[in-house]
Amino acid sequence: MNIKVLGPGCRNCITLDRITHEVIAEMGIEATIEKIEDYALIAGFGVMSTPALVVDGKVLLSGRVPTARHLKEILEAAHS
Amino acid sequence: MNTSVEISLRRSQGRQTGRLILLGLGWFSLYWVNGRVWNFLLFTLIGVNKESKIGDSIHFFLYDFTKIALLLVGITFVVTFARSFITIERTRALLGGKREGIGNILAASAGIVTPFCSCSAVPVFIGFLGSGVPVGVTLSFLIASPLINEIAVGLLFTMFGWKIAAIYLLSGLVIAISAGIFLGRLKVERWVEPFVFATKINETPNFGASGYSINERVTLGIEEAKVIFLKIWPYLLGGIALGAAIHGWAPTTFFAQYAGSGNPFAVVIAVIVGIPLYSNAAGVMPIVQVLYDKGLPMGTLLAFMMSVVALSLPEMILLRRVLKPKLLATFITVVGLGIIFVGYLFNAIL
Repeated sequence: MNIKVLGPGCRNCITLDRITHEVIAEMGIEATIEKIEDYALIAGFGVMSTPALVVDGKVLLSGRVPTARHLKEILEAAHS
Repeated sequence: MNTSVEISLRRSQGRQTGRLILLGLGWFSLYWVNGRVWNFLLFTLIGVNKESKIGDSIHFFLYDFTKIALLLVGITFVVTFARSFITIERTRALLGGKREGIGNILAASAGIVTPFCSCSAVPVFIGFLGSGVPVGVTLSFLIASPLINEIAVGLLFTMFGWKIAAIYLLSGLVIAISAGIFLGRLKVERWVEPFVFATKINETPNFGASGYSINERVTLGIEEAKVIFLKIWPYLLGGIALGAAIHGWAPTTFFAQYAGSGNPFAVVIAVIVGIPLYSNAAGVMPIVQVLYDKGLPMGTLLAFMMSVVALSLPEMILLRRVLKPKLLATFITVVGLGIIFVGYLFNAIL
């Protein structure tokens, strides 16, 4: 699974990056997590409100920091 | 849908309504009890002298901090709940292909209601331009969004009444619309960093607004109120400490003498002082209130508040990524002049 956290580096983006790492560690699955800070790349995904979460090329979340539980649901759905 | 699911759904809806009512009641009782608790604690229980400068200032500090913090949290909750029905993607779809004029009016109005964080200014700018929204219309949106701050509207309404709140709202709209039209007329496309036009937008993700249940909207509102409070309380504390100091110690005539209606440059100075100050509406409001009590005219104060809120250095640094220095300077100048004009206008008519 390839996960990208999109965000220019504001606090919400850092939080999303952190809980994504935590949730992936908890789920114990293989995943690469990248942090994308480049505006052109972020906009390329059609994302206008950060932070956003992209899993295997699809935008699954944008403009809010989910709770760890919600994030786990999203990632589990994407994993299966 | 089978019955047991239906029942449990209805139960959870009932719990949600209960939670909302409790939250509302809690909020109103705290708001009501605020002044009374501090009066009792300070003047009756501890026995601070009500007439002394220090007593008066401490009371102002405690009372105003609680009051503005409550308003901040309450307004943020309501606004976030209402805004969860709108997304930036919908706003963009609304603005796509609109002409100058009507496009600017729509953009400025959308700027008030669309959920938007200033850290997203750059992706929004690229996203709007990429889907054919004109630069001038996009700038109307980006000016209105911070300039017309919903927390400022709420605070002005509770502190100075609906007229002042309405004046602030309308003049903010007029500035955002006319500045956007003006900048659009300058053919500012050439002053936008080229990578913006080179960015290819691969897809338009579609999610959000319609997907939320009422539960989730309430949770969003609570989360946002928490986040905003945690982010803003230092500014609020600073603003109120300054306000309390001015309230207690600055001679009554000091500000009126130097920045009152007698000084023709007061509005200009207020706006220039406001640009580098980075705070937000909740942090500025106690200062505005105190200065109003000290006899400063409302137009000057509105101009000061708008300049602090709308022209902030961190946002300018962000926008520099997509706007060339010439456009950024023009942007600041045009918005600044608009605010100065509003200040003089309301000093003259209020």
